[in-house]
Amino acid sequence: MWRYIERRVLVTIPVLIGVSLLAFSIIHLIPGDPARVLLGDMGGGSAAGDMSQQAYLNLRHQLGLDKPLVVQYADYVVNAVQGNLGHSYQTNRSVSSLILTAAPYTIELTVAGLGFAILLGFVLGVIASLYRNTWVDSLAMLFSLIGLAMPSFWLGFILIEIFAFGLGWFPATGSNGIKTLILPAATLGFIAAGTVTRLVRSTMLEVLQQEYVVTARSKGLRERTVVVRHALRNALIPVVTIVGLQFGSLLAGAVIIETVFARQGLGRLIVDAVLSRDYPVIQGTIFVAAVIYVFVNLFVDLSYAWLDPRIKYE
Amino acid sequence: MAETIVADRFKLQGQTSPSSSRWRRMVHSLVLNKGALVGLVIICLLVVIAILAPVIARYNPSKINPPAQLQPPSTAHWMGTDEFGRDLYARIVYGARISLPVGFIAVAISAIGGTVLGLVAGYYGKLVDGVIMRVVDIMLAFPSILLALVVVAILGTNLQNVMIAVGVSGIPSYSRLIRGSVLSARENVYVDAARVVGVPDRLILSRHILPNVIAPTVVYSTLSIGYAILAAAGLSFLGLGAQPPTPEWGSMLATGRQFLQSDPWVTSMPGLAIMITVLSVNLFGDGLRDILDPRLRV
Repeated sequence: MWRYIERRVLVTIPVLIGVSLLAFSIIHLIPGDPARVLLGDMGGGSAAGDMSQQAYLNLRHQLGLDKPLVVQYADYVVNAVQGNLGHSYQTNRSVSSLILTAAPYTIELTVAGLGFAILLGFVLGVIASLYRNTWVDSLAMLFSLIGLAMPSFWLGFILIEIFAFGLGWFPATGSNGIKTLILPAATLGFIAAGTVTRLVRSTMLEVLQQEYVVTARSKGLRERTVVVRHALRNALIPVVTIVGLQFGSLLAGAVIIETVFARQGLGRLIVDAVLSRDYPVIQGTIFVAAVIYVFVNLFVDLSYAWLDPRIKYE
Repeated sequence: MAETIVADRFKLQGQTSPSSSRWRRMVHSLVLNKGALVGLVIICLLVVIAILAPVIARYNPSKINPPAQLQPPSTAHWMGTDEFGRDLYARIVYGARISLPVGFIAVAISAIGGTVLGLVAGYYGKLVDGVIMRVVDIMLAFPSILLALVVVAILGTNLQNVMIAVGVSGIPSYSRLIRGSVLSARENVYVDAARVVGVPDRLILSRHILPNVIAPTVVYSTLSIGYAILAAAGLSFLGLGAQPPTPEWGSMLATGRQFLQSDPWVTSMPGLAIMITVLSVNLFGDGLRDILDPRLRV
């Protein structure tokens, strides 16, 4: 087990290096010279002559583009480790402060969405497995299929319409406090709940056929005890892994949900940056989001190893 | 290709071809699987609608007609009209010509890219495998929509780039899947035999190993078409893909947002179109998985 943990942690290092390399390369992968692209965007590209040539050279120097690539990458990493991810082309604010401001909102949304997905997914999945092949089961499955097929932003619009404009229970937009969190979290969670429901159902069906469940039943235990203490507990393990993996897709879903509900957050930050070609912000946000994702996956894998000692490690 | 070679060999030996009976069995199980069958029928219908769009659309999808703006569904306008008086039925029908190819092409990019990488990594092993799989690990470190955003950020915002972006973001998971199957297929005795006789690697890969990994690829591709369509619609909603006059379902849904309460059909028609399409590919994919490759069941 310790060897597994050691190996799993070590594997993370090259991945982190690669992530930084990819984030760094973004600006060099844009077709054309980044400094020219930027000047073009700022409206300076059309004016020919020495002035624009001088501006171009200045900008190149300012961005460090006149240094060798390896030096540029080393600079980027050294700065990134010190928390300096450059400055936004648009607002000139430091990228790390933009990210630090936005990140808590996204984490809050993702965690709340995950909570919602687990709650709904478990309830529906367990009920579906207990009433297998009845209309209850079909209804729960239909629900989960819809969750998997519905565009999240459409669901967001509908929830806003009903609960914000119709009933007036929650504000339609914003990111202040628990009231503004509920609708976005429900939207995000509903989409993920589809996967959780299906997984809980199929795992429960498998576990319910195990001998220890039959034994528990034949001992005359109450059905509730059998389901909660014997079946559900054993069904938890595989579900934990998938739920952990869902965290990543929720993080990705936040990109869309934050726009729907006009919330602050990393997703909004990156979408706005892509739309305005604000490369330092794109690089920084992508880098931070990927690092968060890598650590979440590491944590999920380790907790899985801890939860299920039956698994053999290479 | 390899199927027919095997089939020919069996015929030479005076036996019936195993592939035709396997096909019959597959079709049989597909017919028994109600969900998969319904899914397949709807997909075929959508494809026909997309092909016949100019014939069945009844209106020009981009013809602006102010007097007819925001009309509810009627016999004149089956799905109502939008804020510019454009016929929604025509736009949905033409939209099928955009959303379906986007989904199919994006998945084709992921499947082909991922299959080639997975085949090479799994077959050659050692250093090649190490390098390819490390790159795949790094790509997997990005939630797929972020990877798609990176590609869009690099290439620029339009529908074609969204298609490439969604396709590229799917490559790593295919590579993983295919590599796993190749690792086991490589151990088959007939692969060793082919190698001993001096068959070139290219032929061993295409004739002896590829047929073994086709089933999981087909299943996984079908299951990811729905995801690709949703991802492309989402990116269009964010303003990174199809731009407004284009009758793309995702951007129609996004622009109809302001009429959600007063004129709900403007959003529900494209919303339902996306949902029904994704639902039917998923149903078909689930059925296909049960028939072809039950191991993939989550």
